[in-house]
Amino acid sequence: MKFVDEYRDLKSAKVLTKQIEEVVTRPWAIMEICGGQTHSILKYGIEELLPKQITLLHGPGCPVCVTPLEQIDKAIAIASRNDVIFTSFGDMLRVPGSQNDLLSVKANGSDVRMVYSPLDAVKIAEENPNKKIVFFAVGFETTAPVNAMSVLEAKRRNLKNFSILSSHVLVPPAIEALLSSDDCMIQGFLAAGHVCTVMGYEEYIPLCEKYKTPIVVTGFEPVDILQGILMCVKQLEEGRCEVENQYNRVVTKSGNEQAKKILSAVFDTIDRKWRGMGNIPKSGYALKEIFKDFDAEKIFDVGHLEQNESSLCIAGEVLKGVKKPVECSAFGKECKPETPLGAPMVSTEGACAAYFHYGKNKFNAVHTDLVK
Amino acid sequence: MCLAVPGKIISIDDSNTELKMAKINFGGIIKDACIQWIEDVSIGDYVIVHAGFALNKVDTTEAEETIRMLNEMSRLLEDEDAKGN
Ligand code: SF4
Repeated sequence: MKFVDEYRDLKSAKVLTKQIEEVVTRPWAIMEICGGQTHSILKYGIEELLPKQITLLHGPGCPVCVTPLEQIDKAIAIASRNDVIFTSFGDMLRVPGSQNDLLSVKANGSDVRMVYSPLDAVKIAEENPNKKIVFFAVGFETTAPVNAMSVLEAKRRNLKNFSILSSHVLVPPAIEALLSSDDCMIQGFLAAGHVCTVMGYEEYIPLCEKYKTPIVVTGFEPVDILQGILMCVKQLEEGRCEVENQYNRVVTKSGNEQAKKILSAVFDTIDRKWRGMGNIPKSGYALKEIFKDFDAEKIFDVGHLEQNESSLCIAGEVLKGVKKPVECSAFGKECKPETPLGAPMVSTEGACAAYFHYGKNKFNAVHTDLVK
Repeated sequence: MCLAVPGKIISIDDSNTELKMAKINFGGIIKDACIQWIEDVSIGDYVIVHAGFALNKVDTTEAEETIRMLNEMSRLLEDEDAKGN
């Protein structure tokens, strides 16, 4: 596929690896914030290509993983109602709540449907006027404008039976939470390319200056990630800290103005709890008061649920990059993708799940999956 | 979750001015996506699509420049290796 295959090219990967080897003189710890990047790094065995001085820390950038347990339980409570058709992106369906997951609710006879786009959920609402259609609106800044559009579209079509269960999270406040924590080991960041496609990268400049940490906006293919690492290592070695853009074929400084306009028209910024990381100030979006008729939490009385995580799980430390998944005593034993104990084992983009899937053959992954 | 992939616009339907749509070819698979947020968009453009929405155009000049530079360096590296042997 054009503009994909070229970025999986083994020869280009080797060029970049060699350049990284040439510039690196001492140990550096770099965090990729986005779960999509973590997945690529494990899939293509990128850590094995890098000089030993470079440690990659895997960040909390998987919206599926960080959606709090109580939000999943709310989704399950709503989806179990007879008058509801519950719609969601596929990867949320198997996330375990405190009792079960959405797939088992579906197996028990509830109407739970996977959609590719929230606009599909709006269409379902139009076709089923006697049912209440709820869309599980999770995601970072990449997905939030798309979810916001579904609300605007439902309003435009005058639908009274469509609502969203909103659980949006934002990247810059999470970066700030990581950088300001006492046990922070992160010296440079790869920022998430598709989040920045929407938001641009201006909001990272003050973070970069305040914490003296380089931030490189980076894409998702192996060549992108290696180039992002090279740019970050160069900055660290030269004692610079700037926001740079590796993913300039897609990301512009100011992002997508139209999408940003829709975000500010539909959502307010609120404090949010992240699974494994706790409450982070101003780190989420909720529907504005004027859209309360589209807010599933206001329509359905699902109450306030507080849930506890497994005591074995060290997800908080994994999500902050303080520990690797394999340092968890439950990894691959009590905790597996089919029976996850914590957030990062839930989605294929979670660090624990990525280690579980690709850890076994990571030494040959790079040679099998890159285009020769 | 934030997966977004590049595809080529093959037709545009702007009959709904608040929800402009396009058919997009992803390496042979054709899907519909909303192109409302992309300015100056035309058939043949590459766009990056997430959950049914085009988030931005792919800047093909930037993309091709990066690839060209990497290919060039890779050739230099091979020449060096050849000399070394
Ligand atoms: S392996 Fe499982 S239990 Fe351990 S940190 Fe990861 S998600 Fe938690």
